Amino acid sequence: MHPFLKLLIGATIFTASLLAQVDLTGNWAVRLHQDWADRGPGPEIVEYLGMPINEDARAKALSYSASELASPEHQCTLYPPTYLAFGPFGVKMSTISDPATDKVIAWKISGPSDVAVMTVWMDGRPTPSETAPHPFEGFSTGVWEGNTLTTRTIHFKAGYLRRNGVPISDHAVLTRHIMRHGNLLTVESFIEDPAYLTEPYVVSRTWELDPNAQLASEPYHCSPEVEVARLDGTGVVPHILPGQNKFEGDVTRMYNIPLAAVLGGADTMYPEYRKRLKDKYVAPEKCERYCCGWEGGGAAGPGAPTDSIKCIGVGGSTPENPFGRKF
Amino acid sequence: MRVLGLWTFLLATAAWVFGQAPTTARSHAPTETDFTGYWVSLVTEDWRWRMVTPPKGDYASVPLTIEGRELADTWNPAKDEAAGEQCRSYAAPAIMRVPGRLHISWQDDETLRVEIDTGRQTRLLHFGKWNAPAGAPTWQGNTVASWELERSREPDAPVKHGSIKTITTHLRPGYLRKNGVPYSAQAELTEYWDVNREPNGTRTLVVTTAVHDPIYLQRDWITALHFRKEPDGSKWDPQPCSARW
Repeated sequence: MHPFLKLLIGATIFTASLLAQVDLTGNWAVRLHQDWADRGPGPEIVEYLGMPINEDARAKALSYSASELASPEHQCTLYPPTYLAFGPFGVKMSTISDPATDKVIAWKISGPSDVAVMTVWMDGRPTPSETAPHPFEGFSTGVWEGNTLTTRTIHFKAGYLRRNGVPISDHAVLTRHIMRHGNLLTVESFIEDPAYLTEPYVVSRTWELDPNAQLASEPYHCSPEVEVARLDGTGVVPHILPGQNKFEGDVTRMYNIPLAAVLGGADTMYPEYRKRLKDKYVAPEKCERYCCGWEGGGAAGPGAPTDSIKCIGVGGSTPENPFGRKF
Repeated sequence: MRVLGLWTFLLATAAWVFGQAPTTARSHAPTETDFTGYWVSLVTEDWRWRMVTPPKGDYASVPLTIEGRELADTWNPAKDEAAGEQCRSYAAPAIMRVPGRLHISWQDDETLRVEIDTGRQTRLLHFGKWNAPAGAPTWQGNTVASWELERSREPDAPVKHGSIKTITTHLRPGYLRKNGVPYSAQAELTEYWDVNREPNGTRTLVVTTAVHDPIYLQRDWITALHFRKEPDGSKWDPQPCSARW
């Protein structure tokens, strides 16, 4: 065969095999252009708007005390893999190749400092047995569906779906669709949990390629310390008793949103719910909290003077830069 | 002989490439990615800014310029109503975020029609060589669309999966949010439309959006939102635009 023809055929086959998948590798910077307040400073303590949670989830969330995170046994706890959509961090995508064949056998998803590095196996390995220990990162497998990488994660530890104590169980299943369009990476998370959700919880987020970002590719190291001396060795488990959550009315007070909506449920995520609110809701006269960023009257609390220049974020936090530094 | 073999290969390839029957955008549609049908918004993000009208001056998450914020601070829905501009927050850069239902269908072989019940708006996604009409800018602007299809290893195999990329220009100035967060006449909207198959058998439509506006945005406003496919149009409920709700 003519050498040129060999080269042509070889190049065609090689190119076809590359084009069958999309290159997702790189550092993808966070863009907090939706749910900025939730993902930056954090959600209100009692705010479950648009979450299809059941009564058990609601009761557990209402009993949550953030002081729990200060106790040494919880300080090094990581969020479940679902938290990628709710945190303020960038995402690093990298591959693991078989050293003998150079074939990609797994994708690594890292970056957030409070979520374990996830390995998405593409080599068809079997799932762990039901009695196998659940690691923070769970067990993930992936397949390509056209240009979309679809991953399935099971077997992770129970934890918190959001930072305000909404729980997720160790029976939950996370399906992700990872789609690259140019310099944008969109991840749709489809979360099912027979213990705490009445319907799948769907969240989609977008990151932007940033070659200059420095994102971690390995898990962070954590050593527990006594942070709150009054809790040390006392056996106290931080909690809020049923009916005693004093934050329950905060969102209603600040935003005029009815408590029934604040407490979530599947009906709050459909357009019909908006029609139910139409005659009940009156918008607050002005925005007083988290209007454009932490410094826009938010960090100093309601009533603090809002200086619009601060919203620009020169050296401060913005939807691009939630903590005033690079992610 | 070897040269003859090479020419035969190249000619056969050229014949395959150029000998295909004329195709349309509709015939190019991937076999396992169906955008048509009824879709419902799942409002699981930005709830306070989508399900209710946020207060004046609340521009959280939107990278507005100073000019954009100053204009947002002048929001006056009564003035919009008096001017007959109740649909300012239902234009293409905002309409997909308004809770409601979509009905997507092929208007013809080169045009995908996207109807939205909330605000009674219609977007037309024009594939192929479409010439935008002259005239004043509109709420939904002029949208050109193209397929982003998976590359098949086998030339004759039908394409199963793919996305749609759309670019919308010629927009009448309006609001990114109900409370007067503005975009200008220079805004340009880029969207990527994906349909995913879920483990429970449902389909989700994910629209990734980048709004570029050199006047009122410091940088592109990048978001993604999602819809779930419905079996039929029984919940379709057209509602007029409202400047306040």
